[in-house]
Amino acid sequence: MKNLTQIWTLFKKDLLLEIRQQYSFYGIVLYVASTLFVLYMAIEEPEANVWNGLFWVIQLFICINAVAKSFLQESRSRMLYYQSIVSPQNFVLAKLLFNTLLMLAMSALSILLFTIFLGNPAQKTAQFIGVVLLGGWGLSLVFSFLAAIAAKAQQNAAIMAILGFPIIIPELMLLMRVSKTAFSDLLTFPVTTVLLLVALDGMVIMLSIILFPFLWKD
Amino acid sequence: MVLLIYAFTAGLLANVPHLPQLQETIRNVYYHVGMWFCMMTLFTVSVIQAIKYLNTNNLRHDNASRQYAVVGIVFGILGYATGSIWMSYTWADPHKTANTFSLIAKEPKLIGAAIALLIYFAYLVLRDSITDIDKKARISAVYNIFAFAFLFPTIWILPRLLPSLHPGGSEGNPALDFKSADNNVRLVMYPAFLGWTLLGVWISTIKIRLALLKEKTLFKS
Repeated sequence: MKNLTQIWTLFKKDLLLEIRQQYSFYGIVLYVASTLFVLYMAIEEPEANVWNGLFWVIQLFICINAVAKSFLQESRSRMLYYQSIVSPQNFVLAKLLFNTLLMLAMSALSILLFTIFLGNPAQKTAQFIGVVLLGGWGLSLVFSFLAAIAAKAQQNAAIMAILGFPIIIPELMLLMRVSKTAFSDLLTFPVTTVLLLVALDGMVIMLSIILFPFLWKD
Repeated sequence: MVLLIYAFTAGLLANVPHLPQLQETIRNVYYHVGMWFCMMTLFTVSVIQAIKYLNTNNLRHDNASRQYAVVGIVFGILGYATGSIWMSYTWADPHKTANTFSLIAKEPKLIGAAIALLIYFAYLVLRDSITDIDKKARISAVYNIFAFAFLFPTIWILPRLLPSLHPGGSEGNPALDFKSADNNVRLVMYPAFLGWTLLGVWISTIKIRLALLKEKTLFKS
């Protein structure tokens, strides 16, 4: 019970900061919108495959931008303060939860903007939205943990991209395959792949809980 | 070393079954597959050392973890090279070399291998970006474990999902399939694997000892 309240408090603190500052949220919204506008100028109505590829690549970059600041914004002294009042597991879980929420919002937003600017080739809309949310969740989990590493290494977001890309490629490939099936009525929905993605996400959470304490102590 | 010498000579001279698609290139099995074996072993050892470091905080393990990863990368590159050359002679078109590389690079097993190499390059970049020794060791150990946990699903799952011409694409690991290999081949193959792996471990232990010595002289001066 105590753990849950701790996580909840930390989560609320992040949310409150976000609502008060709003700089990152609108920053990312602007980022998505301008990228999409450029794409719209360049290719007006891309075919399904191109659309799929573009969508996930942009999703990836949104994720890096959105999640990177979660650990980088914490100053050293504030980290010390957290260290004295909460356990590392609770801290990392709160971060994961917040980033998940942020990324889910971003995913929903980017679907909306993509549909407005570039059209939406998905035939099975509900399924596609489900896959996108699942993908957003997975991306946010992986990059949260990498942001923790990058923050500890006192580096900027660039090192996060270097660390993250090779790790995220397989997950992105799986996601693209799954979302492709939503584009046509003929293809069946690959349940095992989706389960695999969920299992990967579970693994990331487990690893974060196990490994974060080592990053935390100085 | 003896095993490797045996593997080299026997590998080039011994009789091999003449399969129509493979012909003499089957001899490459001794080298190519052995290198992958070696790479996987080295990466696994590297991760075990990383876990050990996190448990004991002994910098010796961190050093070992790094050296194993470096030698693993070297074998990975060799495996990648032998694999893509072998492949371009067996199922890609060797006469159109200009446009075969994009074909080759799409091969799922090679994608997996490329990802593995990229992960470990990233590991080295991360290591070099941190100046504090203890911090470097701890953070890179964490990344090592995290990346390895992702690498395995990649290497085991992706090739089974994508269409591939690589042997054993959908049913399992081709190197361990006992039915398909000819007895003669097997006689050379297993010692060769063992030889490559031992060579890799040997090189890494030398590198570890060298690094330790360097550190010692550093502290003395």
